[in-house]
Amino acid sequence: MQDIEQLLNRMTDDLRAHISAQGLSSLCPVGIRTGGVWVAQALRRRLGIETECGELDITFYRDDFSRIGLHPRISPSRLPYETEGQNLLLVDDVIMSGRTIRAAMNELFDYGRPESITLATLVDLGRRELPIQPDVTGIHRSLGACQRIKLQGPEPLELTVEEVPDA
Amino acid sequence: MPDNSRRLQLTADGELRHFLAIEGLDKPLLTRILDTADSFIEVGERTIKKVPLLRGRTLVNLFFEPSTRTRSTFELAAKRLSADVLNLDIGTSATSKGESLSDTLLNLRAMASDMFVIRHSQSGAPHFIAQSVTPDVAIINAGDGRHEHPTQAMLDVLTIRQHMTTFSGLRVAIVGDIQHSRVARSQIRALNALGVDEVRLIAPDTLLPHDPEALGARVFHRMEEGLRNVDVIIMLRLQRERMEGALLPSESEFYRMYGLNREKLAYANPGALVMHPGPINRGVEIESAVADGPQSVILGQVTNGIAVRMAVMSMAMGGQLNERQSATGEGVASP
Repeated sequence: MQDIEQLLNRMTDDLRAHISAQGLSSLCPVGIRTGGVWVAQALRRRLGIETECGELDITFYRDDFSRIGLHPRISPSRLPYETEGQNLLLVDDVIMSGRTIRAAMNELFDYGRPESITLATLVDLGRRELPIQPDVTGIHRSLGACQRIKLQGPEPLELTVEEVPDA
Repeated sequence: MPDNSRRLQLTADGELRHFLAIEGLDKPLLTRILDTADSFIEVGERTIKKVPLLRGRTLVNLFFEPSTRTRSTFELAAKRLSADVLNLDIGTSATSKGESLSDTLLNLRAMASDMFVIRHSQSGAPHFIAQSVTPDVAIINAGDGRHEHPTQAMLDVLTIRQHMTTFSGLRVAIVGDIQHSRVARSQIRALNALGVDEVRLIAPDTLLPHDPEALGARVFHRMEEGLRNVDVIIMLRLQRERMEGALLPSESEFYRMYGLNREKLAYANPGALVMHPGPINRGVEIESAVADGPQSVILGQVTNGIAVRMAVMSMAMGGQLNERQSATGEGVASP
């Protein structure tokens, strides 16, 4: 698929433009596990951000608990800075329904009230179910009903489209 | 019995749906409970110590025996999961008007309760309820008779994991009234399932269970021998009412032989953890200088109790909801 370096470079340029347009002084990066953390780290390096990358595990905030129960793999979220009053850069690898981002924002607000949240996603698959849009996106794609996209990583990062048998 | 216990506690997919006993649960599941609890410890350090997992769910604390710590940590855990909590004071409730336990529970279920946390003086009461009375309500055992106290054991092993990182190679001594202790029974099972090197029981014959070897433990009668080379010492509360049964000569005699003081602590490995499920009888089973000393992790156990209870409640609720869905195609089972 697409060259990831290229996508990340484009996102970096777009983020720089966003930062100056919004007059943001500094961004604190936070990625959604696991792919979002890898992308957040790559963007952090490119943007020369010194603040360490936070990691969110949104398991406790998912809206499908009553349907599928607690996810089996879980590890503590880690935010190595105070979020109160900060401009956060929230990063995920793929956005589709928007539910993951909603869960992530709900979780972030339990750490304090950020000044702002900027959302960056590597791939936007469309098919939104909630009114949530990224500020910066690497690439827009649409997938067939039997296709799934996956980010492999952390080194090197690679996007693959898998065919999944009919459910 | 282990198979029965396993079948009752798990869904067809192997997910927790009741938490009744350590017996029948394997290492991967116990490890998942500990990992989930680790995540809840992080939640407890946030500005807002609450997650929305059990929003809209109703939990009833049913304590047929008195308890302060266990009941309040269950209550706090449920509130941090955003559940609605009802604490039923059994002494003043319908049971004293002659209503049977089954009827009380059926009435509570009719109020759309999703989970019962049960402490009962009768061994097996939570199992009976899970099996025969309200199988579609997640049942959490908060201590039944002399049988098990599984959340206490899980918070103990979580505390050990935090300090020792791994279970293999560890020697753990449990000291005191093991015969009457549901905590000890759960601890022995959890420690063995997680793969410690050795579980030792240190007590006089009158306070030992009849089948220590079957439980997977090695017996010692003297602290000087039993504590040698151990990494963790778990002191149990001496239940004073046992004195009357002539199981012990006297409190001071017990303290002299089995009380943990600085002198006896020195037999254990340097840095050995000192644990106690509480409530502590200072000067009866443990010296204050040891209970409050640098090797004591007793207060950490209490903090971990909240996280462990959040973990088993959310896991059991998840399994229970799955079960209800596959049974009825919808969220709530018919009353």
